[in-house]
Amino acid sequence: MKYIAEITIMPLKEILDPQGKAVKSGLSNLGIKNISEVRIGKHISLEMEASSKEEAEKNAEMACKKLLANLIMENYSYVVKEA
Amino acid sequence: MKFGVITFPGSNCDDDLYDVLKNTMNCTTVKLWHKETDLQGCDFIFLPGGFSYGDYLRSGAIARFSPIMDAVIKHAERGGYVMGICNGFQILTEAQLLPGALLRNVGMKFICKNTYITPVNTDTVITSCLQKNKAYKIPVAHAEGRFYASEATLDEMKSNGQILFKYCHPDGTIDDTANINGSIENIAGICNTSKNVFGMMPHPERAASEYLSNTEGKAIFESILKNVRA
Amino acid sequence: MPDTFLGIRKLLNWFNVTKELPTLETAQKLGLLEIEYERIKQILGRTPNFTELSIFSAMWSEHCSYKNSIIWLKILPKDSPRMLAKAGEENAGLVDIGDGLACSFKIESHNHPSAIEPYQGAATGVGGINRDIFTMGARPIAQLNSLRFGNINLEKTKWLLKGVVKGIGDYGNAFGVPTVGGELYFDDCYNVNPLVNAFSAGIVQTDKIARAISYGAGNPVFIVGSATGKDGIHGAAFASKDISEDSVNDLPSVQVGDPFMEKLLLEATLEIIATGHVIGIQDMGAAGLICSTSEMSAKGNHGMDIWLDKVPTRQANMKPWEILLSESQERMLVVVKKGQEKTIQDIFDKWDLHCAQIGVVTESKNLRFFMNGELVAEVPAYDLVLGGGAPQYHREYKEPEYFRKYKKFNINDVKQTNNYKDVARYLLSHPNIASRRWVYEQYDSMVGTANMTTNAPSDAAVVHIKGTKKALVMCVDCNSRYVHANPEEGTAIAVAEAARNVVCSGGIPVAITNNLNFGNPYVPEVYWQFVGAIKGMKKACEKFATPVTGGNVSFYNQSADGGPVFPTPTIGMLGIMEDVSNHMTLNFKKAGDLIFLIGYSKDDISSSEYLYSYLGIKESPPPHFDLNEEYNVQELIKILIKEKLINCAHDVSDGGLFIALAESAIAGNLGFKVTSDFRFRKDAWLFGEKQSRVIVTVDPDKEKEFMSCLKSSRNLLTRDENLGVEIIGTVTNQDLVIDNELFFTTWEASDIYNNALAKLLE
Repeated sequence: MKYIAEITIMPLKEILDPQGKAVKSGLSNLGIKNISEVRIGKHISLEMEASSKEEAEKNAEMACKKLLANLIMENYSYVVKEA
Repeated sequence: MKFGVITFPGSNCDDDLYDVLKNTMNCTTVKLWHKETDLQGCDFIFLPGGFSYGDYLRSGAIARFSPIMDAVIKHAERGGYVMGICNGFQILTEAQLLPGALLRNVGMKFICKNTYITPVNTDTVITSCLQKNKAYKIPVAHAEGRFYASEATLDEMKSNGQILFKYCHPDGTIDDTANINGSIENIAGICNTSKNVFGMMPHPERAASEYLSNTEGKAIFESILKNVRA
Repeated sequence: MPDTFLGIRKLLNWFNVTKELPTLETAQKLGLLEIEYERIKQILGRTPNFTELSIFSAMWSEHCSYKNSIIWLKILPKDSPRMLAKAGEENAGLVDIGDGLACSFKIESHNHPSAIEPYQGAATGVGGINRDIFTMGARPIAQLNSLRFGNINLEKTKWLLKGVVKGIGDYGNAFGVPTVGGELYFDDCYNVNPLVNAFSAGIVQTDKIARAISYGAGNPVFIVGSATGKDGIHGAAFASKDISEDSVNDLPSVQVGDPFMEKLLLEATLEIIATGHVIGIQDMGAAGLICSTSEMSAKGNHGMDIWLDKVPTRQANMKPWEILLSESQERMLVVVKKGQEKTIQDIFDKWDLHCAQIGVVTESKNLRFFMNGELVAEVPAYDLVLGGGAPQYHREYKEPEYFRKYKKFNINDVKQTNNYKDVARYLLSHPNIASRRWVYEQYDSMVGTANMTTNAPSDAAVVHIKGTKKALVMCVDCNSRYVHANPEEGTAIAVAEAARNVVCSGGIPVAITNNLNFGNPYVPEVYWQFVGAIKGMKKACEKFATPVTGGNVSFYNQSADGGPVFPTPTIGMLGIMEDVSNHMTLNFKKAGDLIFLIGYSKDDISSSEYLYSYLGIKESPPPHFDLNEEYNVQELIKILIKEKLINCAHDVSDGGLFIALAESAIAGNLGFKVTSDFRFRKDAWLFGEKQSRVIVTVDPDKEKEFMSCLKSSRNLLTRDENLGVEIIGTVTNQDLVIDNELFFTTWEASDIYNNALAKLLE
């Protein structure tokens, strides 16, 4: 079976995100004033072959933990679905 | 005493570091290709600056899985010396040989300029020839050099004397305006708990030649030679 | 819609349906003229199919064929005993620098891509110019760039500038070659069409030089690097079109750069060249695969059979013409000696790079392209290329109305200001004059540990050649306001200023590369500017013995609504310093040193930043310039440096004498006390930009020796006894003082000068 894991990686809440801060002020300059916080992360999509959804989730978990996210500064979440 | 400088794909300060070790400091030095799996008997391993794997994903994140890194980790675990400069520092934090992480500079821009750093702990292999309270002019060149560690980690590092360098003014004073990239407590360089793995963002190899009219970085290499040779 | 890209799509669909051969109308939509279409039919002896027509349209575009400029480029001096490869012969010029080493250097524009997508446009410009250097076997050791933007107060300008600077930085920094110098100007004429010119220089051992050539029937042809996608298809034609708001919709013509891939390509390329098994190698730039196959084959008098289905592609179902014209970045064509395939393959494997054999060299002089066994195009290589069958045109030119008007300017019609301090402050913080720190701190200027100007600043960049006592001395220069006011004179000034910068840094000018940025060549007044610029360049290059080793022509730098940009022939000069102990710096060294002005002053404020921006008087000729006087001043500076009689040298350029003095003071963290010359208007003396002047400082202990050296050099500057050298004041510990009036403290001047650009941009 072919699965797609849609992974979201975000900087930890306690860590300053200068990019998010700059975008927030940019939005406010545009006249979009009610934004209270902007944080910028990454979206990664993995296409893989796996025998079950559980296996695909295990792969996604491993990929996030070992390489895609640095847990000292980021957290991750993912959704796995059939391609 | 044999030095090894690792070349990862995208490393670009490997030649500069090799040049200083070999030609300025007159040391036996070899370059190690990242696909190799042994360290050719080197005593002191350098991970140079650059953009390993294009800095894609996160600086250092992919190089950390290069074949040679297993040998580097084993070397460090056995007490062998390892030092990362700039991208090398980023690789070592990704490999968790050093605590903390290096984030995007607060100003969000790449910064290349002369900076001043002052040693915090002069009782280590790479800082023993340096004078406390003195400012050393050593340039930086990075976009992701903002050192970060959780409060608990930072406390531990402080009590162990793991903070080696802080960004400062030319007169040695340390304050926010000297903090070029927003690093926590102006930290520019650190080591691990057993003080055999080192990392710093500034480039001492860019301040070690008469041709460049700046030799203030040489003190770091002199410290290494003095301590490791003896 | 005048949109070539979409036009081709539509035509192709039509062609696929009908399988009919294209007509003159198709050719015209591809940008070919009727006479060109007729010539193609004559060359082939039949009607071309669509793929062949696309091939000719790309190769005969302005970008590849130089058809509207080559006639004039031919008059430029090309020879010197140091020249190893002359203009147009190879990917870049090649100069012998002794010790068995050569320097390969070139400048190239990426104006139109940068106008649409500044980040990628500039990044890929940097990538392209560096590939030109390392495909010759040279390792790049220095990059410079020349940038021009519109009014800095426009949001669009800020967006373009930030994008371009970040693009250059991200690409060059990762690639690992220092950016050591450059220039940056703002003028309303660049509001729609910025100029982005990138320069690179590399070093190669003279026995390891690689050529862009192909020969030896049976030798395999490889494509290496990135996979081929539908990037920049007809980018070459795109570059030859007037730019308009509509071109924003051309986004598929913008390519994405990968500096990591380029770094690997650099290392692998130098490794394969070192094996000695490479016949020839060429970068794939404009017009991609068709350009490299035809140019290499034409030069080697051979042909090629190329199997397009073997080209690794990034996108599925690419058409033959798409593969041929794709401008995907970070790709090269390599012809290797038969039997050495494995050696080459192993090196690319080591660097994890794609490398695929896509064809073979043939005896015939034709290029034959196959797709899945079917011949899809057959064209003679020679007829496609510049210097071969590509067309060359004489264009009509005519002196524009404004030229005579500008000449009528008279300084006596301009009332002297009485607030010199206000002018001084204005100029110090002017975006065309203030420190470029905000820009260059985003570039890695120190990687390679050879940039000697980081801690010892000088008028030109000085980069040590490791393992020798030598250094390369480089700069890029062009004051396009002067060129606009008088193309011939202004371009001669650009060459002279570049040479002056090299000389003031302790180097000897050796050769130049040029980036000719002009408007539409079919407009006679624009072409007149082009012709004038070439004449001025010829005159000056002959005087300084600096042949033109090549470069780049970029026409159509104009907006649909705003007319052409200022004619901007950017000069990239290469100089040599035989011994780095001759490195001369621009910063004041110590209080008490005497300040001398070398070269005559004049009551001249023409085309100065003071006149143009502060007073808002736009119509005046270029500042006074005399080529012989310039030459003499430079010869004298060379002697003074060689005899070690001066402590600093800084040329007087934008902003005039005041700015030159202020820059030397700020860089040295010292001050000065000078007295103006009563023979001249004070505004002209302080802010005029009369050419051929340099400030130097002399240790009081050496004054006598300095004076006697001037005397013995009298034959150089023959106008009068004192050789046009005046003492104007002394270096002090702090404060900028003119005629006993405190203008600024050094700290204040430094704050204004260093932070002006950041304040305007952030």
